[in-house]
Amino acid sequence: MKSFRDSGHLFRLGSVFVAGLFIFIIVRGFLVPRSFGQYGHYRGDAIQEVASKPIVYAGHQVCEGCHADVLDVKSRGKHTRVACESCHDAQAAHADDPSSAKPEKLDTAVLCVRCHEASNAKPKWYPQVVSADHAGGLPCDTCHQPHSPAIESPAKNAVAKTSVSKASGGKK
Amino acid sequence: MSLTRRHFLILLPAAAVAWEHVLAGTPEGAPNYKLAEHWWGMLVDIEKCIGCGSCVRACQKENNVPDGYYRTWVERYRITEELGVDKIQVDSPDGGKNGFPPSHEPGVREFFVPKMCNHCADSPCTQVCPVGATFETPDGVVLVDEKYCLGCRYCVQACPYGCRFLHPEKKVAQKCTLCYHRITKGLTTACCEVCPTGARQLADLKNPSDPIHEFLRTHSVQVLKPHLATGAKLYYNALDRAVR
Repeated sequence: MKSFRDSGHLFRLGSVFVAGLFIFIIVRGFLVPRSFGQYGHYRGDAIQEVASKPIVYAGHQVCEGCHADVLDVKSRGKHTRVACESCHDAQAAHADDPSSAKPEKLDTAVLCVRCHEASNAKPKWYPQVVSADHAGGLPCDTCHQPHSPAIESPAKNAVAKTSVSKASGGKK
Repeated sequence: MSLTRRHFLILLPAAAVAWEHVLAGTPEGAPNYKLAEHWWGMLVDIEKCIGCGSCVRACQKENNVPDGYYRTWVERYRITEELGVDKIQVDSPDGGKNGFPPSHEPGVREFFVPKMCNHCADSPCTQVCPVGATFETPDGVVLVDEKYCLGCRYCVQACPYGCRFLHPEKKVAQKCTLCYHRITKGLTTACCEVCPTGARQLADLKNPSDPIHEFLRTHSVQVLKPHLATGAKLYYNALDRAVR
């Protein structure tokens, strides 16, 4: 056993390695979050963190809870599938506290053309007008009720009558 | 009921597996949401997109996206054909946020293509992350862990669809989360919510009664860059051959 006479230093070296490994495992245990590896090579808690962000758009189901009258008008017109917040903007704050957070008044002259201004790139089935020819600068809600835009009776008021006769020229 | 030691030992591993499932089940923000019961994707119907930019505006508001960066955007393709060869122009002013200037030029093939993260099942962006800061959730959404992200931009380069960016202040990678905070609570995404024509539709591919299955069966639906085998789950109906 002469060759192992000075093996003591190997044990000392070995114990340094074992101690190092031990410290590494302890430190790693502290540094790696507990949820890391729960689903894969990432922090499982991150999923919950993303899921817990605040909602800004309430969703039309929430609006319809209070505004059943508008829903009724909408259901009779072509805008029935257009969600409330498409035009009225994000209203989760209003839904949470209807008295303090009020939706802004909308300008139909800006809003309607955003979708209905005629363009080659729009699908052919989609109702489009050249707004300058169609309305002559009048706001759209002079004739059209945005929640149910079809004009039921053109004779209702004089302005509507003139606009409708113009409309055939502006329509694509 | 008496339980012998033999039966107890047989049941023990099964109970351990069941407990793992209980632990794995539910994100905190949504108590009734089960990760294992969903597989999210989205359907975009080009024939319905009018390029109004509602989706882009809604996304920016819902997710607090900084100005000049887009988690979703709308492109307008303008194609003229000469001897059967397409000359393709694509524009997207401000990501299509404020719509597009009207065009009346005859003889041009024009249409809009909304774009966003494809929530790939085998995503290149998650594979390159050196620290495990971006990942595919068990319900099929590619997310970023902002606490872990180093801001190395590797994923920004890896995404073949150009859907990622580095947040200018936080210096972490950001991308579409498929409104994960909404879909886990039973709502649809902000872009789908506001889309006036229903050109975008959230789809839960694990839900057998989701209309996506009927649609995929009856329409010729494509994904972008299928040759990359990314497992993209952003389905396009009526996609033009020119779209990349």
